[in-house]
Amino acid sequence: MYRIVAKKVLAPTIKLFEVKAPKVAAKAQAGQFIILRVDEKGERIPLTIADFNREAGTITTIFQEVGYTTKQLGCLEEGDSILDFVGPLGKPTEIENYGRVVCVGGGVGIAPLYPITRALKEAGNEIISIIGARSKDLLILEEEMEAVSDKLLVATDDGSYGHKGFVTDLLKQVLDEQEVQHIWAIGPGIMMKVVSETTRPYKVPTIVSMNPIMVDGTGMCGACRVSVGDETKFACVDGPEFDGHLIDWDLALRRMNIYKDEEKRAEAAGSCGGGCGCH
Amino acid sequence: MSLVLEKTPMPSQDPKERIKNFDEVATGYTKEMALKEADRCIQCKKEPCRQGCPVEVDIPAFIAKIKEEDFEGAIKKIKEKNNLPAICGRVCPQENQCEKYCTLGKKGEPVGIGRLERFVADWQLETGRIEEPQIPESTGKKVAVVGAGPAGLTAAADLARMGHQVTVFEALHVAGGVLMYGIPEFRLPKEIVQREIDYIRKLGVDIQTNSVIGKIDTVDDLLEQGYDAVFIGTGAGLPYFMNIPGENYNGVYSANEFLTRTNLMKAYKFPEYITPIKVGKRVAVIGAGNVAMDAARTALRLGAEESYIVYRRAAEQMPARKEEIEHAEEEGVQFKLLTSPIEIHGTEDGWVKGMTCIKYELGEPDESGRRRPIPIEGSEFFMEVDTIVMAIGQGPNPLVPSTTPGLELKPKGTIVAEEGTGKTTKEGVFAGGDIVTGAATVILAMGAGKNAAKAIDEYLRNKK
Ligand SMILES: Cc1cc2nc3c(=O)[nH]c(=O)nc-3n(C[C@H](O)[C@H](O)[C@H](O)COP(=O)(O)OP(=O)(O)OC[C@H]3O[C@@H](n4cnc5c(N)ncnc54)[C@H](O)[C@@H]3O)c2cc1C
Ligand SMILES: Cc1cc2nc3c(=O)[nH]c(=O)nc-3n(C[C@H](O)[C@H](O)[C@H](O)COP(=O)(O)OP(=O)(O)OC[C@H]3O[C@@H](n4cnc5c(N)ncnc54)[C@H](O)[C@@H]3O)c2cc1C
Ligand code: SF4
Ligand code: SF4
Ligand code: FES
Repeated sequence: MYRIVAKKVLAPTIKLFEVKAPKVAAKAQAGQFIILRVDEKGERIPLTIADFNREAGTITTIFQEVGYTTKQLGCLEEGDSILDFVGPLGKPTEIENYGRVVCVGGGVGIAPLYPITRALKEAGNEIISIIGARSKDLLILEEEMEAVSDKLLVATDDGSYGHKGFVTDLLKQVLDEQEVQHIWAIGPGIMMKVVSETTRPYKVPTIVSMNPIMVDGTGMCGACRVSVGDETKFACVDGPEFDGHLIDWDLALRRMNIYKDEEKRAEAAGSCGGGCGCH
Repeated sequence: MSLVLEKTPMPSQDPKERIKNFDEVATGYTKEMALKEADRCIQCKKEPCRQGCPVEVDIPAFIAKIKEEDFEGAIKKIKEKNNLPAICGRVCPQENQCEKYCTLGKKGEPVGIGRLERFVADWQLETGRIEEPQIPESTGKKVAVVGAGPAGLTAAADLARMGHQVTVFEALHVAGGVLMYGIPEFRLPKEIVQREIDYIRKLGVDIQTNSVIGKIDTVDDLLEQGYDAVFIGTGAGLPYFMNIPGENYNGVYSANEFLTRTNLMKAYKFPEYITPIKVGKRVAVIGAGNVAMDAARTALRLGAEESYIVYRRAAEQMPARKEEIEHAEEEGVQFKLLTSPIEIHGTEDGWVKGMTCIKYELGEPDESGRRRPIPIEGSEFFMEVDTIVMAIGQGPNPLVPSTTPGLELKPKGTIVAEEGTGKTTKEGVFAGGDIVTGAATVILAMGAGKNAAKAIDEYLRNKK
């Protein structure tokens, strides 16, 4: 059992957990993820490692309540335990001093972006961060991102804060104004797709973090396969980070919807998914 | 005494009923049936059957005990060589092993050795007469076992019996390996596997689940942390795909994913269990091994109207256990032999709608001695299906080999290990099971675990 030692509500549907998992914390690196299973009947779901504390032996995850399992998770409180928690999985981010780097985060994608940005900053890069959300109250980790960036730009879809529009509008401006050596983009699939399309004409290497459906996270099932260039890769072991310019985005976005109908059924039948009184 | 040429039939659920549930198909011999079957054995002096068993179970001796109705004695005899008889009795490909060499097989059907083994193992589980294990004095040596499949569990149990302190690291949230995530409930009830695992825990073995070696710790980390030896039994869990166009459409599964969702995550009880699985009306399973039969039969139970086995070679060449093929046929699985897909087609929104197949004919025998399938030009045809399961084989998972410097590998990624001891090219590191042989059988993996335990014990005794 893995105990939740701290819980924070970052936005109405976005929550942060610090989970006691000393062995995972000892090895975790930016860009990696964990898979958890809440209870005996639960599904295994992947969440990115948003931070880790080796001394305290904790892993921080930040998740958005989108379906049954994330809602059930959101109902847990400090002191509660999660049945299974396995990691660190996936390849760590390749941190180097590239020069000037733009880090683009959308929605809950800002959570995994944060430790990567911090590590890039520590490696000596000049960091321009662009973060966005649907509206101001859904924007997370602004202060944290600011602290590890040389410049921070913000966009909201509804204009309630910062630039009104998409992160890609700001990204285009940045790319027009200066030379950029590398780009990281993490967020909803559609955002990462548009970022990749935006940067392609500028020929700036663009790394995205794929979040396909997963089961085991060890390369055993192939549920997480993505087409990269002409090759099929397993995101859980070969990724989750890939070259955004090589991803077959239409395929990737479709594969995420495989269980759309079942997800609705699980929620409808669920005892928690909304029914526990906290939603 | 005249020979009885036919095996005592195995009682089983009616095919029409059983495709609606996940309960065990073969329900097992009654005492009367077991006695009748045991009576067929003529107690050959030369014990030919025994040579066919990879762990050399003393078959004539245990059958003799059954004849005397000394079931306790029978199970003891088996357990001298085989820790997991309830499992082996169910899943061993007996027709290629012990029963293949049975004298009776020359004139009629061989003795149902597997069925008898299962009978006494179940008898012991049901009557609860399981001895509390004796835990020997500690040798003070520590061994790490990576992977809790039949190879790792067998090695762990034997090493614990020799007095070593054993920790098993397992990537998934339960121990058991393929026995838990791959082989379906209707063929091997998970409760049986769980009981064996509980017994191994009672021997003092510490099983740590959720521990992916290569990620959380490497093999070198384990050696540095004070483990005196490491056994690698990580299996052959890497699913192969065909690399044909359309393979990533929604509705194309690896057999591993299809079976893991169903068995390990219990998707057949969705939405009580939260993991979903999507099965269409017309399912094609590519391949004809045990894995393929399991997937095709699972598809029927999950509601498919048509379930096909699509296989490049002919019926005689299907690698699955005979019993599984028969069961699949009884249940209505349809066989499209000498056929293989060359392209998968999808709908506008990315779901499988069918596949183009090509027909084959058999040519000259290849290296494996089997007649090589040759595609027939111009024989392409369209097969309408909405779910495709790839069951064309599995390779070794590279996670451990790629993070363990000093391990010599074969070109296909399996670990080079000495036959009979499992010794690898790395000091103090042993390996066995599918990670060494490539996808094989439960009993071979167990045999490798046993041999490695002996070799590790010797290594530890000689080590200062
Ligand atoms: C490597 C990796 C890292 C991830 N990191 C995070 C993270 O740090 N924080 C976070 O909030 N989420 C993260 N995700 C996504 C998270 O795993 C899913 O949101 C979660 O599995 C949804 O489960 P559910 O039962 O709540 O929702 P479901 O009922 O399964 O789905 C509800 C909705 O979410 C969509 N959905 C399902 N799976 C995913 C997915 N993998 N990615 C995006 N949308 C999905 C569905 O299409 C559906 O619309 C990550 C995914 C991967 C693969
Ligand atoms: C669907 C199916 C049906 C089968 N049917 C039969 C049958 O009827 N009869 C028969 O004899 N054989 C059958 N087999 C084959 C048989 O199951 C295998 O040969 C046998 O299980 C191999 O045992 P193993 O211990 O080597 O590996 P596995 O059973 O594969 O176990 C390996 C274990 O190691 C774990 N692992 C992997 N990597 C790591 C890591 N990095 N860190 C920690 N743990 C790790 C895995 O999660 C797994 O639990 C079948 C196989 C399948 C897939
Ligand atoms: S272990 Fe398998 S091969 Fe050996 S006697 Fe039993 S069923 Fe036959
Ligand atoms: S070969 Fe057959 S008949 Fe002879 S001892 Fe073995 S099981 Fe009995
Ligand atoms: S999640 Fe199963 S192979 Fe990646």
